[in-house]
Amino acid sequence: MSAIAPSAGKKASFGIRFKRSIPLYLMVLPGLVYLIINNYIPMFGIIIAFKNVNWRKGILASPWAGFSNFEYLFKTKDAWTITRNTLCYNLVFIVLGTVLAIAVAILLNEIRSKRLKQVYQTVFLLPYLISIVVVSYLVYAMLSIDSGFVNRTILTAMGKDAVAWYTEPKYWPFILVIVYLWKTFGYNSIVYYATLMGVDESYYEAAAIDGANRWQQICHVTMPALTPTIITLTLLSIGKIFYSDFGLFYQVPMNSGPLLDVTNTIDTYVYRGLIQLNDLGMSSAAGVYQSVVGFVLVLTVNYIVGRVDKDNALF
Amino acid sequence: MVEKKSSFYFFANVFMMFLLICSIFPFALLVMSSLTEEKTLIQNGYSLFPAKFGLDSYIYMFKSGSSIIRAYGITMLVTVVGTCSGMLLTMLLAYPLSRKEFFGREILAFIVFFTMLFNGGLVPTYIMYTRYFHLRNTLWALIIPSLLVNAFYVIMMRTYFSTNIPDAVVEAARIDGAGEWRTLFQIVLPMSVPMIATLALLIGLGYWNDWKNGLYYLTDSNLFSIQNILNRMLQDVQFLKSGAGGSNASEIAATLPSTGIKMAIAVVGALPVMVVYPFFQKFFIKGITIGAVKG
Repeated sequence: MSAIAPSAGKKASFGIRFKRSIPLYLMVLPGLVYLIINNYIPMFGIIIAFKNVNWRKGILASPWAGFSNFEYLFKTKDAWTITRNTLCYNLVFIVLGTVLAIAVAILLNEIRSKRLKQVYQTVFLLPYLISIVVVSYLVYAMLSIDSGFVNRTILTAMGKDAVAWYTEPKYWPFILVIVYLWKTFGYNSIVYYATLMGVDESYYEAAAIDGANRWQQICHVTMPALTPTIITLTLLSIGKIFYSDFGLFYQVPMNSGPLLDVTNTIDTYVYRGLIQLNDLGMSSAAGVYQSVVGFVLVLTVNYIVGRVDKDNALF
Repeated sequence: MVEKKSSFYFFANVFMMFLLICSIFPFALLVMSSLTEEKTLIQNGYSLFPAKFGLDSYIYMFKSGSSIIRAYGITMLVTVVGTCSGMLLTMLLAYPLSRKEFFGREILAFIVFFTMLFNGGLVPTYIMYTRYFHLRNTLWALIIPSLLVNAFYVIMMRTYFSTNIPDAVVEAARIDGAGEWRTLFQIVLPMSVPMIATLALLIGLGYWNDWKNGLYYLTDSNLFSIQNILNRMLQDVQFLKSGAGGSNASEIAATLPSTGIKMAIAVVGALPVMVVYPFFQKFFIKGITIGAVKG
């Protein structure tokens, strides 16, 4: 068992290599079993979308439904709404989120005081650490109809009438974008800031000697240093554009019916279909639609990343 | 030149201060509201500077709130059990993947990695856990689904092992007669404390903040975690307002925690994270950085 490994270069035979790896296989086993149960079995569960499930017969013995579940799904107005919402919100999130995160990262980098830097980082990350349920309480404290801060303090001070926020769809695209930015900008700016910490100080010194002011230094030293990270992170988020944060779209608008047109995304649709409406056909079809398109997007994006910069590709 | 520079810094500081206030303001509002006297709340709404302070929300909550204390206990239990077992599985899976001589390493690494690219989605997962594993309304439902082992964390840990533990160290342990298990637990893990702390923090935060598992798999409110209680209370307000309650509405209103208590429970749910976080901030930022660079 405890034989010394053969010197590099010589390959041990199959049997010996396998035998030596036995303790390692035992280590891997529990985690592997978990991934098979939690991740791989549900992958095969995709066939549910192609079946008319009859629980007495079991999933496998249930009659095939072909693509009829998908036909029903794409005939409804919902299919368009949830696709539009998921894609449009994500696009806005990517653009505004990246701009804000970069701006904050650059400013963090410009601030000389170490203590101030630390304070900013700590506070900016706080919203990221809080569960979305608590976030929806924070939003409720702001927007509640009878006692919310906005209605009772801001709008009253401006002499305007109270707004029934939770039943007025037109405000929600803005509210959701603000909540998303508020919750994630700290995290994203620290990712970018980490890249900037790797930039050699001498670039800035050289630029300063050449007479570049702060602004020119940002344009010609900081931005080029950030570009590879920006490209990679943006492409990665494009790969996830078909997925939405369930909590943000379900919890923050408090599952309010009148808002559905602007808050329903693929994830909330699947949940409502499965657990509240018990419509297995529709929800599984929507789930497969998300998984498959999402998978194709990830592969495509990774291919593009690989072409742009091989080191940043995932695989 | 000097003026330009100072105006840049002035702008930078104003902008950062603005973001700082935006980040803190909702929390401040939450805490102050929870400390406001109930009558004042109904009169003036949630406010940063309440006319009259009062601890009645908290007193009421702890007097009547056996369900809240129980939920708190469940959250703590689930977080501890989930984090410990999740960490153990993650380390055991990551270590062999970092060993070059491990036979079948590439295939296993791919099996782990592929779970990040493709998934079956909620419907099959839900059906599997409820129909075949009967997790509905058990504590396992809060621990097992989706949170226990995260492929991304496994890969982070593996990268840490293979870049920070020199092969020579593992080799030396082997020559001294240590088996793989001993090498892992007595040599490799003690050398990986920063990474273990980071991942334990991330996994623990995931469990503490999770409410989806409870939403999907629990109907029995005795098993609710603190996040599920918060979730249910918010939903019930909506239920009441929409008038769907019918004759039940007044009955619910009588037992419904009032305006201030809701905020007090939210404070209690968020407080541990806010208190613990500054002490672990170093590890947390490290985790974000490693994840970003190596991910």
